[in-house]
Amino acid sequence: MSTRSRWLTAAAAGLVVALLLPRVGVPTFYVSLLTQTWIFAIVAMSLDLLVGFTGLVNFSQAALFGTGAYAVAIAATRFGITGFFPGLLLGVVCAVIVAALFGLVALRAEGVGFIVITIALNEIMWGLAYQWVSVSGGDNGITGITRPPVGPLDVSGNAGFYYVCLVLFALSFVLLRTIARSPFGLVLRGVRETPRRMAALGYDVWLYRYCAMLISAAFAGLAGVLFAWYNQFVGPVNLSLDESTQFLIIVILGGIGTLYGQLFGALVVVFLSNELSAITQRWELVLGVIYFVIVMYAPGGLVVLVPRLWARLRGRRTALVPSEPLLGAAGIANAPTETAEQP
Amino acid sequence: MNGVARHDEVCLGLEGIGKRFGSLNVLDDVSLTIRAGERCGIIGPNGAGKSTLFNVIAGELPPTRGAVRFQGRDVTRLAAHARARRGLARTFQTTTLFPRLTVIENLVLALQAHSGERFHLLAPRTRYHARDEEALALLERVGLTGSAHVLVDTLGYGEKRQIEILLALAQRPKLLLLDEPTAGLAPGDASLVTEMLKREHRGLTMVLIEHDMGVVFDVVDRLTVLHHGRVVADGPLDRIRGDAAVQEIYLGGSL
Repeated sequence: MSTRSRWLTAAAAGLVVALLLPRVGVPTFYVSLLTQTWIFAIVAMSLDLLVGFTGLVNFSQAALFGTGAYAVAIAATRFGITGFFPGLLLGVVCAVIVAALFGLVALRAEGVGFIVITIALNEIMWGLAYQWVSVSGGDNGITGITRPPVGPLDVSGNAGFYYVCLVLFALSFVLLRTIARSPFGLVLRGVRETPRRMAALGYDVWLYRYCAMLISAAFAGLAGVLFAWYNQFVGPVNLSLDESTQFLIIVILGGIGTLYGQLFGALVVVFLSNELSAITQRWELVLGVIYFVIVMYAPGGLVVLVPRLWARLRGRRTALVPSEPLLGAAGIANAPTETAEQP
Repeated sequence: MNGVARHDEVCLGLEGIGKRFGSLNVLDDVSLTIRAGERCGIIGPNGAGKSTLFNVIAGELPPTRGAVRFQGRDVTRLAAHARARRGLARTFQTTTLFPRLTVIENLVLALQAHSGERFHLLAPRTRYHARDEEALALLERVGLTGSAHVLVDTLGYGEKRQIEILLALAQRPKLLLLDEPTAGLAPGDASLVTEMLKREHRGLTMVLIEHDMGVVFDVVDRLTVLHHGRVVADGPLDRIRGDAAVQEIYLGGSL
């Protein structure tokens, strides 16, 4: 089987399993956690576009995610805008507008400077959510958000909403992967690798970074809207710096610059933090150790384990290295390098 | 004949360029006029300001004083990428490629820099066959088609230096700035680079910084000597070779 058809088969099989899960007696609790996984995977993929493809380590992704969530929550509870598509559109547009402002400030710097500015921007947004009580409800957040029907379909139940998030995750993945593999995506990777040479070739590096931030924000906003409907509550914690850090942890665990790895990253983070907190009060400590072990033994992210396990299952000695040229990223983890192919 | 430029046409004009870093005067009143099709070498001891001059011409550093004119227009305030889009290309003293992209991806980035497809979001790059063909044709010129799909990082140093120049040529520039193209190369590899430059059509204006006099004499027809940020000699190759002051400053009388 060619690499391409193997990928398609794996994706199709995964999708079928995911579609069946709520139908085969998986407890509601897990269906709910999986729903959260789809949502977090969307925002992690959006962050990966910046970190892994453009080389921008953005600590303000939660602010954009939260913007989408707050936008739809405020629109629903204050203005009676409760439709599915209007809600999605509103969250996406608001997140993109905020990112357009963020980009003007943050892209004046590079590297560590960019990181520090995005941390500050995220804190500002958190401060707004926490203290602008008349709009955001302050620490109490916003309650009373209901899941809108999608056309004639009632998706207010756990299973129904699970499918909504699954479908939007799949669409986001296909879109982001297409962008990553397009000529524009190649430009982003060039910007990640060597901005100086890109400028010498005639590329306006600032512009491409800015575009990447806007595209990324659109998906982060989309995830935020879904989260508001999923959680039926939005509070300052949803756009805190902790949340931004958590998104980055998902990206690092999943595999920087892989996109599909973010699904595994989200799966591990969502399930571990929920399961562990049920077992022990010191769950964050345990979680930290587990993250540490994963980064130590799979520095390219969990995705490198997938082909390795696959190879072991099939009794092969040599591990398959993913042939995607997308692997390798912002220099945080040792991403697996592509094997040299001589045609 | 295709590509032969009129010799009276000015390609690059530097007017009283000065560059200070704090109290250090790196460039001091540098004025040069380079006509289309000229091959100009810039030599001078380390610290003479050669690379700084390149950075000022390419738009990476703003000059403290003076103006840069490119093809008759004042580009002093244009950013590096905007100058590149007007036909100015450069190579770097230290190899500046895209290490974790494949060789062909490196070239495609240079080739698509001026095309609308750099903004195409929704079609995979692999559909742009014509672009790949173009890149392969370029690679053919240096005999590296077999390495098209390996990461640039895995190439040998000499091959990287060739790709370094190939990227700039792929931009189809009108003016090519070469910052020590043979730096660190073994003599055999250096001659590969020299041959590559000599094969270029005469319409391409080149400015070359180089320490290897063999390369300089082989490629250029005009020589500018920079010393302590000033132009101390400038003229046809043969005349500068015989200039006593130049020999004393730089060539050590060995020529």
